[in-house]
Amino acid sequence: MTMLNVGRPTRPEAVLETSHRSLSGGRGLLQDEALIFEMGGWNKTGVDLAPAEHDASDLGDLVRTAPIGLPGLSEPEAMRHYVRLSQKNHAIDLALYPLGSCTMKHNPRLNEKMARLAGFGDLHPLSPQSTVQGALALIDRLAHWLKTLTGMPAVAMSPKAGAHGELCGLLTIKAAHEANGQGHRRTVLVPTSAHGTNPATAAFVGYSVVEIAQTDDGRVDIADLAAKLSPDVAAIMVTNPNTCGLFERDVIEIGRLTHEAGAYFYCDGANFNAIVGRVRPGDLGVDAMHINLHKTFSTPHGGGGPGAGPVVLSAALAPFAPAPWVVSDGEGFKLVEGAEGDAAQAFGRMSAFHGQMGMFVRAYAYMLSHGSDGLRQVAEDAVLNANYIKAKLSAVMTPAFPDGPCMHEALFDDAWLEGTDVTTLDFAKAMIDEGFHPMTMYFPLVVHGAMLIEPTETESRQELDRFCHALVLLAQAAKAGDVDRFRGAPYLAPLRRLDETLAARKPRLTWKPELAGVSPAPIAAE
Amino acid sequence: MRYLPLTPADRAEMLGVIGVGSIDDLFADVPAAARKADLFDLPLHAGELEVERELSSLAAMNRPAGAGPFFCGAGAYRHHVPATVDHVIQRSEFLTSYTPYQPEIAQGTLQVLFEFQTQVAALTGLEVANASMYDGSTACAEAVMMAQRVTRRKKAVVSGGLHPHYAATTQTIAHAEGMDITRLPAAIDAEAAVIEAIDAETACVVVQTPNVFGVVTDVSKIAEAAHTAGALLIVVTTETVSFGLLKSPGEMGADIAVAEGQSIGNGLNFGGPYVGLFACREKLVRQMPGRLCGETVDAEGRRGFVLTLSTREQHIRREKATSNICTNSGLCALAFTIHLSLLGERGLRELAELNHSKARELRDALAKVAGVEILTPRFFNEFAIRLRGDAAATVEALLTDGIVAGVPFSRLAPEAGMDDVLLVAATETTTTTDIAAFADALARRTGQ
Amino acid sequence: MRFTKDHEWVVLEGDVATIGITAYAADQLGDVVFVETPEAGKTVKAGDGLAVVESVKAASDVYAPISGQVVEGNAALGDAPETVNDQPEKAGWFAKIKIADKAEYEALMDRAAYEDFLGTL
Repeated sequence: MTMLNVGRPTRPEAVLETSHRSLSGGRGLLQDEALIFEMGGWNKTGVDLAPAEHDASDLGDLVRTAPIGLPGLSEPEAMRHYVRLSQKNHAIDLALYPLGSCTMKHNPRLNEKMARLAGFGDLHPLSPQSTVQGALALIDRLAHWLKTLTGMPAVAMSPKAGAHGELCGLLTIKAAHEANGQGHRRTVLVPTSAHGTNPATAAFVGYSVVEIAQTDDGRVDIADLAAKLSPDVAAIMVTNPNTCGLFERDVIEIGRLTHEAGAYFYCDGANFNAIVGRVRPGDLGVDAMHINLHKTFSTPHGGGGPGAGPVVLSAALAPFAPAPWVVSDGEGFKLVEGAEGDAAQAFGRMSAFHGQMGMFVRAYAYMLSHGSDGLRQVAEDAVLNANYIKAKLSAVMTPAFPDGPCMHEALFDDAWLEGTDVTTLDFAKAMIDEGFHPMTMYFPLVVHGAMLIEPTETESRQELDRFCHALVLLAQAAKAGDVDRFRGAPYLAPLRRLDETLAARKPRLTWKPELAGVSPAPIAAE
Repeated sequence: MRYLPLTPADRAEMLGVIGVGSIDDLFADVPAAARKADLFDLPLHAGELEVERELSSLAAMNRPAGAGPFFCGAGAYRHHVPATVDHVIQRSEFLTSYTPYQPEIAQGTLQVLFEFQTQVAALTGLEVANASMYDGSTACAEAVMMAQRVTRRKKAVVSGGLHPHYAATTQTIAHAEGMDITRLPAAIDAEAAVIEAIDAETACVVVQTPNVFGVVTDVSKIAEAAHTAGALLIVVTTETVSFGLLKSPGEMGADIAVAEGQSIGNGLNFGGPYVGLFACREKLVRQMPGRLCGETVDAEGRRGFVLTLSTREQHIRREKATSNICTNSGLCALAFTIHLSLLGERGLRELAELNHSKARELRDALAKVAGVEILTPRFFNEFAIRLRGDAAATVEALLTDGIVAGVPFSRLAPEAGMDDVLLVAATETTTTTDIAAFADALARRTGQ
Repeated sequence: MRFTKDHEWVVLEGDVATIGITAYAADQLGDVVFVETPEAGKTVKAGDGLAVVESVKAASDVYAPISGQVVEGNAALGDAPETVNDQPEKAGWFAKIKIADKAEYEALMDRAAYEDFLGTL
């Protein structure tokens, strides 16, 4: 026989210490990566441009003479820099991402492809309306789906994210009150469990915020609500399903009481994904609700945005919606851009153009893919997955509201950690070492040490089991006194725990050459 | 359904683990009257092929900017974006991650934001910048409200050169917060007219350069007047490429600079998503809206980045927050940062010079057309022209020649009485052939 | 030294009251990262917002425990907010107020009463 006796060993010879360190700072596939400002490309560019034929002498001393301070990278350097950085991120494409209230679900790539069609991606917002009929048709069709799914007669499409939608909703309510001689109403009622954006938005619009108490089973306290509803109340803002992951059983009564008091019912639609296709907010007495397209309809979160937050409106509020909007006649579609004619009651404008068209295309592709049957299944599977996690983890953790089902997210408190010397934060950081993104922590504020787990419908049973298995092992370790595993976590992430106090006490918000001992060279004279 | 991993067998078994009989039991808290037994009146699920077909047919009804000669600007600009940018922003780790609340596993996003903030501060000539806003118009509204917090005054003076949609957005949002907006009438070359409206109650003045008519203004004098009165100067820019050629807002005395960043890294997208740039003087940072990323160290002393000063934000301060904003424009900011890293100082400067050169070429060609008056004295890549007759009608007429001639000012501000004014823009994507076709067609139309 | 239920302390010297937050409050807040102190000359009524103290996780208002006119805010906290954690009842003071009514001071809790109050939390 022929012997291949040169070469290399093909199995590890010894178990390596996990604390092994490289000499240069790199860690296998994970490179320590400098900032672009430290790469020295002060006179380099990765873009080849045709020469300019005319100079800027006509602009005289309006022309900048001082250097800007921007380093440049060649294309391979730029590619490598940003790909290396990408590898330091967790992502929904890597593992379950159970951030409660944030709805991290699969982002279909078909939607990305569709948004990049030249007919959408390369379309100018002020191109003549006859040249954008397909875009207006898409907005109109998306609006039709949103209205049908919510059972509401109108929708304002332009808000750019959830909080922007809340602002739009409250401004619509304010305009309606003013038009009806009710402009004196100054108060907005918000449950204690609400998202921070709710009170922030109400205050922003000039309302004073009064909190509504919560019952022991995690719902709005109807008696407290009834006591606080007065002729001074402009609106209530209720999230449904709420931030504890529970459906407000008395929602119809909440709406009735609110309307009886002459106020409007604003619903925070952040959790619409739990009920889409099964329950229409319009049947619950809601007057306005924003829909986070980046949650329910899966437009990618992109590391913090962009989002989109269309607001569905009741008939009472519809006339006050902001410009612009799409109308159609037999001839085609038209964009109403100003508060003229029929639009005279519009309260104003939320942003420069017509909303997040790129997100509209993605959301519409998502809706067409799912259809009415698929969307209903989305809600059912999201709720099923959350209840499955709740059932499996309740053996080792303490659910905040053990009785009855949850909706799309399972909420635990930290009672089960008592005596372990491990906090919710420690537990969450240890999840990172197990390969999962932590759940939402310390929110909602009404539950001590809250852990809010939202799996979404795009997790397989295998992935749910893998996740639950890891959490059960961690919970057992915490109870067994393996405190170091938690207090020092994460050990296996690109970085260990970061010093947030230092960052806030001595803010360094930009790279400064003098701090780094580098000075950007001015561009060489041409 | 291709996006839903659970099988009927999974569902049945999972219901068993939960201990309920059916999925309806999990929806038991929904009032019976609101439970929908039937499917809604919408189409059923569709395959990738069918969805692609439907969306492609809608896209085909539009005329993309790249389909022929195209001269629209007015707050959104067609630029060439390097292929690298779109490749990187579609990487799973950037596209499908959330706001970096867990910094140990979000250093990619955080370092990009730190680079973004540094780039924006450099471009605007100011010390600090945030991690992006929804777009330029909402950034403008936020800047006005920030000025109110800083000065504890309620009046904002807005120039007649500010993009009318920016002015309307600011009026809507800042007025709701109790501010009194003094909006000067639309005027082509009158940014300095704001000076006369400044008084002891003024929180800020808002000027735009290049303004909506394309006019470039040295705002130093306005800065002096504002500061003398104890007011802040907010400088708005809708064409970020102009920073490569023109003096920065900071250099001219701006306290806050806001800009639409779409031109760098981001497509036109029919108006969004875009990326708002927001920068200010360091001493004002505690009153700044939006997310901020800061440098720190980890437990082993290695450099890292975190979201910081977040006590300004809604999730902690709730009704006392500086702004209600939660989402930013992270992925668009990433695209901006990659494109600007590719350009660098040299590339940005060359790109800006090329844009200005193309606009000069366009100006020279249109100036030769009988009946066309060039209204903008000093411009970057965009200017206003006066036509004989209605600009919107001329745009419609030139469409039949395959040319999108620009934005009639009447579309932005029908009440301004400037129906004969057309805004035209040129960028590096504009060719000499495009310009000649436009000038020839306009000569034929206006010659009639 | 007198105390309030909002965990503030007051020391009166002549008619000038020095105001800060208690060691208990500083501990509860965690690492203080920013303090906004009032400018001299500002008139406050008991219960008005006097200062803002921020930790990484929370921003809290510090209320005037007593009415009067601000004589001085503690500018040193601007560069060294950690002083509030290190010496909360000494160098970490927030403001000095020239008080209007000594009875307001007399009505506050003494240390024993404050410690009893802490025991109930």
